Amino acid sequence: MFLEVDVAEKKFPSVEGGEFVALSGLKFSVSKGQFTCLVGPSGTGKTTLLNILSGLDTKYQGSVSIDGKTPKAALPLGYMFQSPRLMPWLTVLENVSIVANEEARSEGRPEKLLEEMDLGDFMQTYPNRLSGGMQRRAALARAFVNQPPMLLLDEPFISLDTPVADRLRHLLLDLCQAHNATVVFVTHDLREAVQLGDRILFMSPSPGRVVLDKPVELARPRVSEGEEMETFRSQLLKDHPDILAGLDKEEAAIVPAHQ
Amino acid sequence: MGQSVQQPRGRTKVRPLSPSEGGGWVRVLSIVALAAIWELAIWAFEPNHLPHLSKVAEAFWELATTPGPWSCHRDTNLFWEIISQSGLGCNLGFTLFRAGAGFFSAMIIGSVIGILLGRFRSLDRFFDGWIVLGLNLPALVVGILCYVWFGLSEFALILALAINKVPLVAVMVREGAASIQPELIHVAKAFRLSWFQTLRKVYLPQLYPYFMASARAGLALIWKIVLVLEFIGQSQGVGFQFQIFFSNFEIEKVLAYTFSFIAVVMLIETFIMRPMDRKATRWRM
Repeated sequence: MFLEVDVAEKKFPSVEGGEFVALSGLKFSVSKGQFTCLVGPSGTGKTTLLNILSGLDTKYQGSVSIDGKTPKAALPLGYMFQSPRLMPWLTVLENVSIVANEEARSEGRPEKLLEEMDLGDFMQTYPNRLSGGMQRRAALARAFVNQPPMLLLDEPFISLDTPVADRLRHLLLDLCQAHNATVVFVTHDLREAVQLGDRILFMSPSPGRVVLDKPVELARPRVSEGEEMETFRSQLLKDHPDILAGLDKEEAAIVPAHQ
Repeated sequence: MGQSVQQPRGRTKVRPLSPSEGGGWVRVLSIVALAAIWELAIWAFEPNHLPHLSKVAEAFWELATTPGPWSCHRDTNLFWEIISQSGLGCNLGFTLFRAGAGFFSAMIIGSVIGILLGRFRSLDRFFDGWIVLGLNLPALVVGILCYVWFGLSEFALILALAINKVPLVAVMVREGAASIQPELIHVAKAFRLSWFQTLRKVYLPQLYPYFMASARAGLALIWKIVLVLEFIGQSQGVGFQFQIFFSNFEIEKVLAYTFSFIAVVMLIETFIMRPMDRKATRWRM
C-alpha cells in the first residue's frame, strides 16, 4: 500500500488543563493513485490527520508510512489548506514558483499550471486582488506544481459558488488522473465525496476513527447531482442512517470495510 | 468561470497628493508660508537672537564654501566637491557616519533580540525587565557612562547610540515576531522550503512593517542623541560645531547647520526610506 495510517492516539492539551483526544484507533491504507475522500462532521480530527500526513504534526502515538517512509522523510507532498494561505506579499506566480522544485521551474510548470487554471492574466497580481475562487485555483496550482506523489486537500472548495467549485473539481480530477496522484480529500459534503472519490472513509465524531469504508464504483465522469450519483448517495444514507445523524458516537457501529 | 477581481482590502489610508495633483506646490507653498511667518515675527517683535533668513543663508554659504580643518584639499571648481570639503560638509559627514554606524548596529542587534524574544516566551519573560530598563535609561546617562568607560572615542559614541536604540528596536520587532502567522509558516513547512527561503519569503516580510516602524523611530532618536553626544564629547561633527557657535552666540551659523542637517534627514527619508517602503508594501496598494 502507498499510504498506511495507524494512529493509536493523538491528543491536544484542552482548555481546562487536561487532554483532548482528537484521534483514536484510526487505521486505514490507500493504494497508489487512489482518490480517497474523508467524510465526517466538524471536529472529527480530519485536519489533524492531514497535518500528521504532511509531516507538520509529529506528536502522536502510532505510525504513518508514505511509500515506505515517515511523512517527514517522504517527498514533499501537495497540500491545499482549508483557506488558500497564499503569501499576500508575493504575486500569484511567485506564490506558485516559491514551492516549485528545480525540475518544475525549468519546465515552466508554474506558468503552465496557472494558464490551465485560467489565471494566465493574473500571474503578476497580488492575492488580495483576486476573488476567493481565483485564490483557491492559485492554491491548487501551488499544491500540484511539483506533481507530488500524494495530494492532501482540506475542504478546498468550501464556501465557493457551485459552478466555480464544479470547475475546480474537474480541474483537480484531470490533474490527478494525468499524474496518477494519490489523493486524500477531506470534506463534509457527501455529494462532493461521491462525485470525486474512488472510496469514501467516514469518520466518527471526536475522537476520530474510521467507522465506514465505502468504495464508490460509479463510472467517470460523474455528473454533479446526476441520477446515478444521487441513487448511490440515497442508498448509502438509507443503509447507514447513523451517517446522516452525524455518526453519533454511541449509536455508530463499526461497519466492516467494503461492505 | 468568473474572473472577478477584488478591490484591495485593508486599512483606509489618507492618500498623499501626487506632484501632478499639486502635492509639490502645496509643499513649496507651506515652506514659503513658514518663511513669511518667520520674517513677520522678526518685523513685529525685533528679537535679538532671531536672525533674518537672508543672514542664515549667508552663514550657510560661508560655512559651505570654507574648507574644513580635516578635509583633504583639492583644487576643484565643482560645487559638490567644494561643499563636501567644507567645514559644513566634513562635519555633516562625521555626524552621518556616526549616526549610520549606530543605526545599523542597533537595527541588527535589536532585530535579532526582538525576534528571539517574540519567538521564545520564556526568554521574553526573563529579559522583559532588561528591556524596560533599557527603554527608560536616559540617553545622556548612557553617553556619559560610555565616554567614562571607553574614553572620548568614536567607538564610545557609536556604542552609546546603539545602546540607546537597541531596546526600542527589540520591543517593536518582538511585537512583530509574536504576531507571525503560523498558518503561513505551516505552508513553508508542508512544502519543505529551506530555512533560508522561509526566512526571506515568509518570515521577514511579515516583520517588515515592524522593521520600518523601528527604523523610523530609531532614526529620529539617533539624530537627536548623536548631536548631544558630539556636543559633550567630540571634536568634530555637527554637535561639536553647535558647541562652538553656542559659545560665540553665532545663531545664524547654528540655524545654517540645523537647516543643513534637516535637509539631509529629509533627503534620506525621500530617497531611501520612502522608496524602500513603497517597494515592500506595494502588494497592499
